[in-house]
Amino acid sequence: MAVTLSENAAKHVAKYLQKRGKGIGLRLGVRTSGCSGVAYKLEFADAVEPEDIEFESHGVKVLVDPKSLPYIDGTELDYTREGLNEGFKFNNPNVKDACGCGESFNV
Amino acid sequence: MALLHIAEPGDSAAPHQHRLAVGIDLGTTNSLVATVRSGLAAVLSDELGRPLLPSVVRYHPDGSTEVGYAAQGEQARDPRNTIVSVKRFMGRGLADIAHRESMPYVFEDAPGMVRLHTAAGVKSPVEVSAEILRTLRHRAEQSLGGELVGAVITVPAYFDDAQRQATKDAAKLAGLNVLRLLNEPTAAAIAYGLDNAAEGIYAVYDLGGGTFDISILRLSRGVFEVMATGGDSALGGDDFDQRIFCWILEAAKLNPLSAEDARLLLTSAREAKEYLTNHGVAPITARLNSGERVDLKLTTEVFTEITKTLLTKTIQPVRKALRDAGLSVSDVKGVVMVGGATRMPQIQRAVGEFFQQQPLNNLDPDRVVALGAATQANLLAGNRNAGDDWLLLDVIPLSLGLETMGGLVEKLIPRNSTIPVARAQEFTTFRDGQTAMALHVVQGERELVTDCRSLARFELRGIPPMVAGAARIRVTFQVDADGLLSVSAREQTSGVEAGITVKPSYGLSDDEIANMLKDSMAHSKDDALRRALKEAQVEAQRLIEAVQSAMKSDRDLLTDEQFAAIDTAIGRLQAAALGEDRRQISQAMNDLEAETREFAAQRMDKTIRKAMAGKRIEDLPGTEASTETKGEHA
Repeated sequence: MAVTLSENAAKHVAKYLQKRGKGIGLRLGVRTSGCSGVAYKLEFADAVEPEDIEFESHGVKVLVDPKSLPYIDGTELDYTREGLNEGFKFNNPNVKDACGCGESFNV
Repeated sequence: MALLHIAEPGDSAAPHQHRLAVGIDLGTTNSLVATVRSGLAAVLSDELGRPLLPSVVRYHPDGSTEVGYAAQGEQARDPRNTIVSVKRFMGRGLADIAHRESMPYVFEDAPGMVRLHTAAGVKSPVEVSAEILRTLRHRAEQSLGGELVGAVITVPAYFDDAQRQATKDAAKLAGLNVLRLLNEPTAAAIAYGLDNAAEGIYAVYDLGGGTFDISILRLSRGVFEVMATGGDSALGGDDFDQRIFCWILEAAKLNPLSAEDARLLLTSAREAKEYLTNHGVAPITARLNSGERVDLKLTTEVFTEITKTLLTKTIQPVRKALRDAGLSVSDVKGVVMVGGATRMPQIQRAVGEFFQQQPLNNLDPDRVVALGAATQANLLAGNRNAGDDWLLLDVIPLSLGLETMGGLVEKLIPRNSTIPVARAQEFTTFRDGQTAMALHVVQGERELVTDCRSLARFELRGIPPMVAGAARIRVTFQVDADGLLSVSAREQTSGVEAGITVKPSYGLSDDEIANMLKDSMAHSKDDALRRALKEAQVEAQRLIEAVQSAMKSDRDLLTDEQFAAIDTAIGRLQAAALGEDRRQISQAMNDLEAETREFAAQRMDKTIRKAMAGKRIEDLPGTEASTETKGEHA
């Protein structure tokens, strides 16, 4: 299994990383909080931690810590547009139910 | 479902805790809204992907409004109810508005700010601007999927307190929380400074639709400092349209126009101007409602010729700002071009020639201000990125001070001081037993109150009665980050306080600011002499009062002869003080002091005798410091 980026998501990540001028890739994960259990973490990564699991998708390095992986294994991160709103979206097969906002979920 | 953005390491927001903030460039011709997403500032476009919102509001008889392109499209058909360039009216009285005879609006002069008669009733410029801001707020909330915590709104550096306050009021009316008002050139510098991170002196040349601003900035170690500002808030791309419009009238030999036709031709003029950016000749064709036809060709040469004076008008403030900053052209490391009007080739050329270098224009000149404002808003909303530890400094355009005796100005905060700033100074009473003090806050560069602009007056009451000069009144001037001034006065021994926040109901026009600055230069020598004279007159008056007060309380120490002699000297000084000869006043003061020396010594002896009964007077120092003792009471 793996965590991947859609081509569109990878394109945006690469652009943001370039503009930011530093960082080695993207860190995905979860933390416990939010209205229904766990919340997604989506951050720039400046360094690889020893326990990190590394993926590579469309040329972008993706880092996930081992505790988070079971929650998001198989996820594809996409970049979409919904009306005027645009941004990243986790397509996560592990989710049983999510709060209406989509920022936190249950497995 | 909320869409996510990439956060800085360790900085992921908890769900529903994203602090959405935007930067808004509320422009004369066009407005924009921008935000920072995944660390990158971006302008938010509308449903059709258009980033700009024309700053145009059309009012319908039922009270509904159209804003932006829809309103702009109706400009020619319904000019009276379609308000364009409303920013020119913000915080302005009727008399301040240039070219109003060629505007299709029905104005009404109202205290503080002009009003406009529309089909939906009488509207203030604040209400019209609020419509534009509300439209941008809705766009931002749809784009970001949530409510905004606040916005940074940009204003021209030249906006005075009334105009800034009007902008804040408009934002409030539109339901926006203003995190801060930011000077447009400073916002542009943020956009450039962060992206290019280049240190040195920069000039920001901002020619927008209706305002021209020049700012001299210093970028060093991540700190932006505005060293000087200048400009003309009634000069912009609109004026170039106006020149073409006048040229069309003349070239086509047209009869006086209806409001509709005037609007139509102004639109043609603007299109021709924009066309000339990439072409050598612009065709101008129009069919007027009057039945007349216009079919002309405007060449770059003619366009450059008819707008030459406008170009010169932008270069003069540039020179002055450089002089204010104590810099020459060779100190300027780069020139940033802001505002759609800077796309005109003759402007790029003229600015390049003046600064002897190619101006920077690698960011879209229409967007830089909004992008910088978004970056600032993001920071103020608490979404601080690693490394974003820069400060932001702005300056006040004219010195702020207080009226002192004799109609002189004591400047507390000099022009071009960086804000926010607070300065305090101690003042004292002029007369014995004085229990109240009138404070008159003025703005300007001249030495005399009559030559400066009055901002506010207030009174400090309840000062305990003391001899003249004994009360200590601390006056504090504070200018907040938005450039708004508050003044407070506190008597130090009793703690009585009074204060005022200056929101002048009526703004200074740019011509007034420019003239005030020009006057201060032209009259600086003159002013210094007048100041010296006034000071001498005030000093003379103080001396006379002190002596008279002493003569009254210690009449018994004086022989009739001495009394008469002092009285004569007082008379001479009074006469001299009414004249304009400073040396004569000074001479008369010396005479009076000489005449009263013995009297002063006797008074001091008397005081000391009282205080130190039993000691020998001869052992004590007595006759020095004669002037100081005159004001004292035993």
